[in-house]
This record gives sequence, structure tokens and C-alpha cells, in this order.
Amino acid sequence: MAFIPHTEADVAAMLATIGVAGIEDLFDEIPADLRVKSLAGVPPELNEMQIGRLMTERARADGAPLAFIGAGAYEHHIPAAVWAISTRGEFYSAYTPYQAEASQGTLQLIYEFQTMIARLTGMEVANASMYDGASATAEAALMAVRANRKSKSARILVPTTLHPHYRRVAVTTAANQGLKFEELPYCTAEGVTPSASLARYDGQDITALVIQQPNFFGRLEDVDALTDWAHARAILVIAVVNPTSLALLKPPGEWGTRGADIAVGEGQPLGVPLCSGGPYFGFMTTRMEYVRQMPGRIVGRTLDTAGRAGFALTLQAREQHIRRAKATSNICTNQGLLVTAATIYMSLMGARGLARTAAAAHARTRELVAGLTRVPGVHLAFSGPYFHEAVLQLDRPVAPVLKSLSNRGILGGLDLSGYFPELGDALLVCATETKTSADIDRYRAGLSEVMQAARAA
Amino acid sequence: MPVPEKLIFEYSHAGRGASDQWPHDPGPAALAELPLTLRRARPPELPEVGELEAVRHFTRLSQLNFSIDTHFYPLGSCTMKYNPKACNQYAMLPEFLARHPLAPESHGQGVLACLYELQEMLKEVTGMQGVALSPMAGAHGEFAGVAMIRAYHRARGDLERNEIIVPEAAHGTNPATATMCGCVVREIPVDRLGDVDLAALQAAVGPSTAGIMLTNPSTLGVFERRIGEVARIVHQAGGLLYYDGANLNAILGKVRPGDMGFDVIHVNLHKTFSTPHGGGGPGAGAVGVGARLAPFLPIPLVGKDGERYRWLTEADVPQSIGRLSAFMGNTGVLLRAYIYMRMLGREGMQRVGEYATLNANYLLARLQAAGFDAAYPQRRASHEFIVTLKRQARELNVTAMDFAKRLLDYGFHAPTTYFPLLVPECLLIEPTETESKDVLDAFVSAMSQIRKEAEQEPARVTSAPHTMPVRRLDDVRAARQLDLTWKPTAQS
Repeated sequence: MAFIPHTEADVAAMLATIGVAGIEDLFDEIPADLRVKSLAGVPPELNEMQIGRLMTERARADGAPLAFIGAGAYEHHIPAAVWAISTRGEFYSAYTPYQAEASQGTLQLIYEFQTMIARLTGMEVANASMYDGASATAEAALMAVRANRKSKSARILVPTTLHPHYRRVAVTTAANQGLKFEELPYCTAEGVTPSASLARYDGQDITALVIQQPNFFGRLEDVDALTDWAHARAILVIAVVNPTSLALLKPPGEWGTRGADIAVGEGQPLGVPLCSGGPYFGFMTTRMEYVRQMPGRIVGRTLDTAGRAGFALTLQAREQHIRRAKATSNICTNQGLLVTAATIYMSLMGARGLARTAAAAHARTRELVAGLTRVPGVHLAFSGPYFHEAVLQLDRPVAPVLKSLSNRGILGGLDLSGYFPELGDALLVCATETKTSADIDRYRAGLSEVMQAARAA
Repeated sequence: MPVPEKLIFEYSHAGRGASDQWPHDPGPAALAELPLTLRRARPPELPEVGELEAVRHFTRLSQLNFSIDTHFYPLGSCTMKYNPKACNQYAMLPEFLARHPLAPESHGQGVLACLYELQEMLKEVTGMQGVALSPMAGAHGEFAGVAMIRAYHRARGDLERNEIIVPEAAHGTNPATATMCGCVVREIPVDRLGDVDLAALQAAVGPSTAGIMLTNPSTLGVFERRIGEVARIVHQAGGLLYYDGANLNAILGKVRPGDMGFDVIHVNLHKTFSTPHGGGGPGAGAVGVGARLAPFLPIPLVGKDGERYRWLTEADVPQSIGRLSAFMGNTGVLLRAYIYMRMLGREGMQRVGEYATLNANYLLARLQAAGFDAAYPQRRASHEFIVTLKRQARELNVTAMDFAKRLLDYGFHAPTTYFPLLVPECLLIEPTETESKDVLDAFVSAMSQIRKEAEQEPARVTSAPHTMPVRRLDDVRAARQLDLTWKPTAQS
């Protein structure tokens, strides 16, 4: 019970060594009136067979619907090798590499990860990861305030087209430190942030501009113009990017004339299962000149006393265990296991495999959009290019339509009416390479029936 | 000695690839509408390797690690207990893995039931009134906790309270968290026996006190005996008490933070509830609160209406400090903790604190008998304890770090070294309840053997480790000549 290996003889010998009569005596420094009487609210134990049965029943209750939801978390094929290796005990049950000599596997893997992420984003340097894409965005804003020494305002411009949950996480995380997040409007016909709308900030002290590419609607922003506008005014640019898309889209390091200053994103598409929202990992990259302002663990290559190459945590003078109240962040570890999975995933995919994944996902989304917009009462919300995700407009409220579809085992996308009421009855849909033409046709046929039935009602 | 492993990039050959894993190429027409100005000009330089090469490379890397599955890992304050295999297997059932975070509640009753029951069990073992599961690490839970304290004072119009009191031995995350929440940190000393200096605390509290952050048992490995007094002083001054759950394993099933007077806590599920440390995350830092702070819990929470489970969001918790993650925190970690807690059950939960404490006190007694010095010899060990090697450092010129590195050669992960900072030449040792007496005895033998080496052949110890893939690494060089990403031209 409780994975405790002690025999009665062990316990007796150990108590004798300590010099007490019973285990209870070891708690004699805890005031008696504080002691727990019982834990009635915790159920009795289950053995492995019983918990296995319970969990299998619970998993089945959630079912295996055909899902067309994206909105920041994407269903991609995960090669079998990714989790077969990631769950090896040597990765799974190790801790953060404080003893470098006994953690070279984890350290070298993180160094390889940092290299791959820097190359994917076109940036100079990456850290060992953050909690998720939203928290990485929040930390990027805090970092920008430290890095942009010309700005005193701590004002961060955030497009309305940024994932709405990211904006909320940024406010929760950074508002207590005085950061002010100001929303940039978007064009409701095109679903992008027009650079002309920025003119009203000319001459004002702004610390950073956040740009998400593709944006929450799947639309492509004019990242070059936005980046150059910001840099001409000494405003730092924080890119929020989808790593799969970077196999095809211009990396943040090449945006505009000078490239973005900080690039972050959700790492989940790189080999991490959806799993109701986590664990995922956020990635964070920047220019070398800002590396000391970056939060989180960083691994460097160095030499050992015999002159051989080896890996160690470095730049720890930024971190909480050294700097305490003056640290760049309170973040302690990272999302190591997910970084392990992502590094294996990127190695197996390579640039060509990742580009095929991105292209195949995009092709499926186009096929989905083409199919669904043939259904009467459904049309594409925005003109202009999108990437592997798009907003549809329906001629009736989205929620009941989604409910009818879910009764047929189809999760038809994300209802945007709560997030973007100005768009009316809008639905964000996504297909990835995991979907077939038959899947897409099943959704189209289901939507057609549901819309028809609703019209008839 | 393990053989060093090349970098994955050094296996790369143009044109090679694990193409069985790739989808079919949809052809250039699929991308026709993407403007060239927004397209990537050159592909990213990711490795081009076959599947077997990748599998071998990463398997070999794994073999360069110490881990719980392979080695005793008595890293103080980290609770490196066994991670049961069932927890991983049943959290990774296909339906759980495939579920989208924004899927409707109708397709999530199974996972929501687990999360709801996890909230309830955590309330019971901590003695708190409400629990939120979304913080993604201990430090993230700390953030949520201090943010709630701030929100509470603000909601009462008590705007001056921005000081967080922290004992000098606290984890570095405590002061760093206070800063992240826009608070000012005030450190107070502990006395000779490791308890908080009550006079200093009394002098520190006042109208600007937002709260105090405490770990109990403390980072010194001893139970704060006057916790009732501490609570009274802080509460009378109008502040709240924050419990850092780093050391909850010591008292699980024995005493509850809620009963000690704490208003808010975080629980490191990756410590006490045995979810894997994963080479440094993912963790989970669930937060628990008393009635006063319940309105401020971070969202989403899991609620239950009749027999249906549902997410609680802004509409249900309008005073919430808000969202901490894009979705629902580290759900997969939460499922592992849930499975572990159900397997332990209420009696197993009580045995955890008992046997963790038994193992620590046994190991301390044996090390003392072998001639090592406890930092707090008058005190009972909790689930961990501090050995100070200050005498050995003086007499033999061999440091705690030297002992730590030499332990690696003996097949033991080193204990936490040089934390807490106020004890010189210290090792913070936490065996956990899942280790057998045999392992603890072997550790004592290794420590004794190393001391003998230090007396007879000190260079053997001061130049350790000798059997790892690398010798001691040059940290100064790592920080001065930054090499953070591999470049083909760089020396490899």
C-alpha cells in the first residue's frame, strides 16, 4: 500500500536505531491539538486493477468524437517513437538538471531543443521552455519592459486578434507589476490588424507591440509592416507564432527590416497530445542582446575539467534561486518532458516533414472551408489568406448547431459569439492532416442536415 | 563510463528523413493563396535523420541521466518518490489524450469527474474550503496564492497592504513570486532551533502587511512548532498566511495547513502526489483557500450541478484573479495525481507522512552515528533533514559539493547542496517513503566511504565525479562564452 516497501522487521529495526517506540513518536513536535483525526473525505484505496477499470470507464465516457476545433491547440499525428522514448524512466522520472554530470541526457536534449527552436523561429537564442503559449506571451511582455530601456510606460499594444485567453493570462500575470495592455482594433471585414490603425499611437511612449501570426482567426497579418512601424518608434515586437506554420511562413526573425525582438508560442503542435489543455509547453526566443532579460532555464555548452564538451544550466544569475526578489521571473523549472517530446518530434519530422504537415493541414482546412461554405447559410467570414484555420459565419446562432452536431459525434469548431460578439454568429473551424476527405464530408453532410432542420423548425 | 553522445545535428544527412511519419504532400496548389511575401524563403535547418537514428540517439541520451527509476535521488525539498507506472498508463488512455481543451462538457464528463474529485480530495487533505487546479507549477501556484491575497485586500479597499513577509530560509521562489505580484519582500530571521523569530515577526507586521509565506515543515527540515502564534500575530495585524506546500509530504495525513491557520496554500502535485518530474516539469501547483479567499480563485474551476460536471468561469467566479493558462493547466498531470490519490486512499495517504518521516529520521540517526553532523541535532527531522559538512570542510578541505559529486560515482544522485543558504556546507537530504531500508543503509555506507577517502586520498573526492559522461563542468565559461545553440562551424 502507498508504494512503501517496509517490512515489519524493517520498521522495528529503524525505530530502534532512532530510539523511539513507535512511528507516532516522530510527530511529537507537532502540537497535539492540530493533529488530524481522520480523512473521511478521501475514499478507500483502489488497487491497480480497480483504478484501471475506473479510468477506462471515465475515458470511454468522453468518447472519441470527430473534432474540427483548433483555437490554439491542434490535433496532429504524433509518431509512435515520440512518447515511447519520452516516457522512458530516465527522462520521465528525472528532475531538473541541478547535478549536470548526472543529467547530461536532459541537458544535451535541451541544448538541441534550443537550437531547433531558434532555427525554426529564425531567432538567435531560445530558452528551455515556459509553461504554455499564453504564459510565455505574458512573460514576453514582462521581459519587454525590462529590455526596452527607452520606454518608461509599460504600455503593451495587443491586437484584438490575439488569442483571447492569451490576453487574459497576460493581464492576470503582469497587471500587478503595472503593465498596461491596450487593445488594437481589427478590421471586421478582413479579420486582421490594419497598420493604419496604429497612427494614433505616433509620438506616444509604447513599450512593445504583440503580433500573432497566424492570428486567432487563422488570418495572416501584415507582419512586415507592423514590425517596421514598431521599430521606427523604438517599440519592441513580440511575435506569437504557431510552430507548425513556421515550416512555411516567414519566421519572426525575418519580419520587417530587423525581425521581431522576442518570439514565443504554444509548443503543443510539436508532438504533444491535446489532453484537455495540458501539459503543453511555451517556447521563447530572442536576440542575443536581450538574453539576460529572458526568464526561465537556459542550457549552455561548456567544457569539463578534462577539456571535453558538456552541458550545464547557465546564466543562472537571472533566476529566483540566486536573485530571489530581483529575479527575472519566479519560474523555477520548465516543461521538460514536453520539450523532450517536441525535440524528438522535430527530429523525426525535419524541415520537410514539418512542411508537409503544415501544407497537408492547410489543404484539409481549405477542403473543409470549401465543403462547409457549400451548405446554404454558411459563408467565409473574412476575405484574404488564412492558414489551417478559418472563421465561418452562419445565418443562425452557432451554439444549437454545434450541439446538434456533437450529438452526432462531430465537434464542429469554436463558437466565437462569446468572444467576438461583433462578428455575429461566427464559428472558428480547423482541420489538420489527421482528417480525411470522408471525415470532412461527414461534417459537411451533418452540418447541412442540422442547418436544414433548424430552418424547417 | 557512459560514452558521450553526438548531437542530433551531427547525424544529419541531406535527403534523409523519417518519411513514414510524414503526411502525403498535397502539392503546391494547396499553398497557392499564401502570399510569397509572407512565406519562408529557406527551410529551417532541422535534423535530417531516419527513425532508427533518432530512436538510438534519444535513447542513448536518456541513458546519460540519473532518474528515480534508476537511482536513489534524495534531493531535499523535491520529494523524488517513485512515480507509479499505473498513473502514467491510465492518464494516457487514448480518449484522454485526444480530447480537445475546448471540446464541449458533454464530451468531457469523464475527465471532469476526475478533476472534480481531485479538488475534493485536496480540500480534505489540506483542510481548505476551495481548490483550483490550473496553476502549472509550484511557482505558478505561489503566484496565484499571492495574487489572491492582493485581490482580497484590494476588494476590501485596504490598498496599503503590499508587504510579504518571508523567513530568510525560504525557497527563492517565495520572494520572486512576491515581486511578480507587485509586492515588497520583507525577510525575517529564524532562531537557533529553526523556528521563526517571533519578536522579529511582531516587529515586522503592521498596516502594510499583506501576508506571510511559510513552508511547514520549514526548509530547514523541522516543524514550525509555534505556528499557532505565528498565525495569531499575522492575522491580528490584518495579514493572511500563505502555505508553501513544498514539504507537504512530511505531514500528509498527520496535520493539515487549514487547521494550522493558513488562508491559502499551494500543493506541488509533482512532489507529494508523485506526478513525474519529467527532467524539470511539467508540474502542477494546485491552490487551496479558506472561505475568505474562495471568491478570488483562478479560473477555470470544475463544478457539479446534480450529476453533471461543468467548468466554472468568469460568470461563476466574477472576482477571480483570472486565467493562468490558455486552457486548463496541466490536465494530464492532474489525472496522474488523481490516480495516485485514489490508489493510496485515505489510509495510504496517512502512511505517506509516517514513512517519509520514519525514513528521514532513520537516515539522520544512522548518519549521525557514522559521525556526520546534523544542522539541528536537538530537533526531530521531518521528511528531510540537513547535514552540515562544515567540520569536514575545515579539517579535510573537502566541501559539501565534493561529497555531492563523489556520491554520483557511488550511484546516488546528490542531495540538494548549499540550500538553505544560511547553513554552511549543507546537504538537504530527503529520502521519501518509497525507499527501502536497504537503500538507506547503502547510502550511509557510501557517505562513510567518501569521508574515509577524504581523509586518505582527498583528491579522489575533490576531483569527482570520475564515472560520469563528463567531469565537473566549467560554469564560469558557460556563462561568459555563451554557446546556447549549435552552429555547424563551432567546435563540437
